[in-house]
Amino acid sequence: MAGHTVTRAQLSEAVYQEVGLSRNESAALVDTVLNEIADALARGEMVKISSFGSFSVRQKGQRIGRNPKTGEEVPISPRKVLVFRASHVLKDRINRVAAANKTREPLKTGVM
Amino acid sequence: MTKSELIQRLAERNPHLYQRDVELIVSAIFDEISNALARGDRVELRGFGAFSVKRRDARIGRNPRTGDSVAVDEKIVPFFKTGKQLRERLNQGA
Repeated sequence: MAGHTVTRAQLSEAVYQEVGLSRNESAALVDTVLNEIADALARGEMVKISSFGSFSVRQKGQRIGRNPKTGEEVPISPRKVLVFRASHVLKDRINRVAAANKTREPLKTGVM
Repeated sequence: MTKSELIQRLAERNPHLYQRDVELIVSAIFDEISNALARGDRVELRGFGAFSVKRRDARIGRNPRTGDSVAVDEKIVPFFKTGKQLRERLNQGA
């Protein structure tokens, strides 16, 4: 049950099942959706998907890092990072399912 | 950009689709990702990023206002790691 990886293929299949489009067109639409989001973020816009979450771009200043192997200090250049904040709806949903599964078997979570 | 603006853009790019269908398509995509995370699965979208869940152990938290100890239950939190291609794109020309 847990530990599987969902990819574009499964998202395309979900789109294919939802509306009467060809598999090719469903796959192209998944790409278009992701590209539109990426384009907006590249423009510096925040992307808010209600009941899912929001993506925003944060500017990070320069800081001094350290090579963990050699202990050498290296400057880390200023950069932009993408931050995802899950909505409460999504967080609640994930925890509700986890709580329901707990009675039967412990939920295996993706370890990173 | 909001979800409705995203739907609007997609509808403009795909004039052969009904707006209603575009709405269904966008919902299907985010529902599929949400369902996968709720199952504990990982969602990997090459070039864009990967969604996964992490478990946070139960802990004793504190009410920051009163300083009282409160038990915080174990919980699962969603997590997103930006894909290499998108990360590089955000920093182009920087």
